[in-house]
Amino acid sequence: MKESKRNTYINPYLGGVIIGLLIIIAYYFSGEGLGSSGAFRDVAITTIDKVAPAYAEENAFTAPHVINEEGPMHTWLVYEMLGVIFGAILSGALFSRLRFSIGKAPHLTNKRRLIYALIGGAIWGIGTQLGRGCTSGLVLSGIAVNSLSGYIGLVGIFGFGFVFAYIFKGIWIKKQ
Amino acid sequence: MGPLYPQELLSGEYNLLFAFLIGIGFGFALEASGFTNTRKLAGVFYGYDATVIKVFFTAAITALIGLFILHYMGWIDITATFFPRTFWIPTLVGGAIMGLGFIIGGFCPGTSLTAAVTGKIDAMVFIVGVMIGIFTFIFSFKAWAGLRAAGNLGRVNLPQWLGIKEGLFIFLFTIIAIVTFFFFQKWQNSWKPKMEQKDLDDLGL
Repeated sequence: MKESKRNTYINPYLGGVIIGLLIIIAYYFSGEGLGSSGAFRDVAITTIDKVAPAYAEENAFTAPHVINEEGPMHTWLVYEMLGVIFGAILSGALFSRLRFSIGKAPHLTNKRRLIYALIGGAIWGIGTQLGRGCTSGLVLSGIAVNSLSGYIGLVGIFGFGFVFAYIFKGIWIKKQ
Repeated sequence: MGPLYPQELLSGEYNLLFAFLIGIGFGFALEASGFTNTRKLAGVFYGYDATVIKVFFTAAITALIGLFILHYMGWIDITATFFPRTFWIPTLVGGAIMGLGFIIGGFCPGTSLTAAVTGKIDAMVFIVGVMIGIFTFIFSFKAWAGLRAAGNLGRVNLPQWLGIKEGLFIFLFTIIAIVTFFFFQKWQNSWKPKMEQKDLDDLGL
């Protein structure tokens, strides 16, 4: 039984309802949607601001954030993501899933998986800043208020995702 | 009437405390639903695991219906919230880039964080990649600025834009989601006999 707990997940519809309710609460109390990539951006801007403050004030992308006197780290999204870290560890501990591992399709080597993860992450980094958010902030929180941007993001990420999934099938599916 | 913080009905400290508490729930739900497992995430694109579509659309419908009711009852002013403006061109192009990143990298930013802090080494590497990507974008922002500001439609409510009632739109979206659940479930079932037991165990199916 102990071994199978690690492979036990909650009902996906329940997971969805919980996340949906959290979005409602976030909008009601804070007027914010759930987001992720914005927090990564805030960390990046803070780093640049600490290392090269003159450049941060000059760069057209970072400038609007660094003139905020409370600092770019003092944002709703950063605190939310600190909570996400805490919540994920809590759930991981509860289901005995806290251990070091590399997730991948079995036929893929570890080395390849890590190279793809690095490249995929970098692609995301660019996509989120160009597209103004990721799966949470752009798509999910956008759809929650019926914003057109959320639906365009949905078509972009998942629509094109299926096209790219077909092209790069070898990463996830073993050739028969 | 909500939203509380933008109307100064909630202090800044409490607002950030709420952010932290909401984050805990979000992180817990993502981990408990299996979103730290990269194979489960990729599975939606190949059909062997329907979890992502179920969680995602259920969350969307729950939030849509809940916020619609709050709005209808006059308990929340949606226009006072973070209601994103639509820049359709960069969002479509950026979305396609993210779709590519999803297939290559096996995560999205939020799920990668939950996976990294629960020990997934590939997710830690993914996050390093995300930071490299964001820094690259910032340092080369001059090249992106035009595209990023293109196609500005302002704040667009999709049902309004289509000229149909919001309630009807949400109803139709719900029907589409249920049909989608049905087809993805069938797709997942069709994979089952072809898969080894250890793979099914890994996916928790």
